[in-house]
Amino acid sequence: MPRERKKIPGVDPKLLIKDAAKLLPDPSRRLFLRGAASLGALATLTGCDIIDGPTAESALRVMSRFNDWVQARLFSATTLAPEYPESAITRPFPFNAYYSEDEAPDVDGESYQLEIGGLVDNKKPWTLPELYKLPEVSQITRHVCVEGWSAIGSWQGVKLSDFLKMIGADTKAKYVWFQCAEGYSNTIDMPTALHPQTQLTLKFDHRILPRAYGFPIKIRIPTKLGFKNPKYVTAMWVQNNDAGGYWENQGYNWFSGQ
Amino acid sequence: MTIEATNSSMVPDSAAGPIVHPRWVRVTHWVNALAMFMMIGSGWQIYDASPLFRFIYFPSQIALGQWLAGALLWHFAAMWLLAINGVIYVTLGIATGRFRRKLFPIRPRDVVRDFLAALRGKLAHDDLSVYNAVQRLLYVGVILAGIVIVLSGLSIWKPVQFKYLTALFGGYDVARYVHFFAMASIVGFLAVHVALALIVPKSLRAMIVGR
Repeated sequence: MPRERKKIPGVDPKLLIKDAAKLLPDPSRRLFLRGAASLGALATLTGCDIIDGPTAESALRVMSRFNDWVQARLFSATTLAPEYPESAITRPFPFNAYYSEDEAPDVDGESYQLEIGGLVDNKKPWTLPELYKLPEVSQITRHVCVEGWSAIGSWQGVKLSDFLKMIGADTKAKYVWFQCAEGYSNTIDMPTALHPQTQLTLKFDHRILPRAYGFPIKIRIPTKLGFKNPKYVTAMWVQNNDAGGYWENQGYNWFSGQ
Repeated sequence: MTIEATNSSMVPDSAAGPIVHPRWVRVTHWVNALAMFMMIGSGWQIYDASPLFRFIYFPSQIALGQWLAGALLWHFAAMWLLAINGVIYVTLGIATGRFRRKLFPIRPRDVVRDFLAALRGKLAHDDLSVYNAVQRLLYVGVILAGIVIVLSGLSIWKPVQFKYLTALFGGYDVARYVHFFAMASIVGFLAVHVALALIVPKSLRAMIVGR
């Protein structure tokens, strides 16, 4: 199926930027659960709870944590995300973030070092030439955004499970935490970090990862929603405490598995 | 008030009549109504984050959750209520024989006849325990739409873990459209269903008190 320019419903660069602006942290954001709580209270809770917003808020958060637990059990270490032919790649692959493309981090590849920390034997930081020398794996998979749209991309890099073993990471630890150049962050569960398709991505479509897609490092996780695929990664920590993440802390489901 | 006063079904003596809807039907009906209210309301807010159609947009005043993350919290909490209640309803509907007795057979000729009678306002509602052919068709249709909306929802939620289900719907992107149109048909059903329940108030009463 030759598809020159695949149109993705609802994805328009201008709209994306507008969306991003809409999603910018805003004090009114904090009000959303209170508002939701009053509606939900009308529907679900008894009289005195109608004005008791935090009751509904904490109930929804508890359900979200329960859904993390369910998803961790639904997750299979051997179930692979579908892979697609080259012809299915979405071109142009959308840029997506909570900021516009010209505000994206501009990381200097020359001086860049990937910082390694936590429960790892060898914490030596990695330069890009060192990372480019590692064995390369490739995938053409579907990126699914929490907003609903999806796009198929081609990513190359190092299998994260191999990299974790190489640096002597304690793979019995619970989490891997990623810090990004713009202050974004993500914590993922160790089973997902060890999934065969989870990739420390250095290239998009066989070319060095462009700035728009997360130069110098993106963590490509086809078993997670897009926002759980951090870009512009500067540090990776293996640890037992959940350090949360940029969107997760604002209410998106923590596990967000696919 | 005048409707209540003149409606024969509201006078006490009919309260001794046979049970039209057993308790499990009434409980699952209203739990489903609540779950649908939460799922559709939050679903509209989620839809707005990446609309499928440029001309369809749901104002957040009529949606649930205020913004995407809030709506997702609602959607993925209420889905448990919808799914568990739905499984109980369908299981009991089949096991008790109620579906077979009440919803079948559906003959096309009867559907046309009852539909035309309904348009002329000549459809009888004397016996609430017997569904006319149009009712049967709509109830079976909405149960099927409910099954499709849950399965397409699962295939959007877990396109990797349930990838064969997602493939059955024609892939992730197609499953989103299926999920949307299943919602649209349920909302369409609701418009007719609620309007008719208000036109024939004793049917609403039967769904609350059973007779």
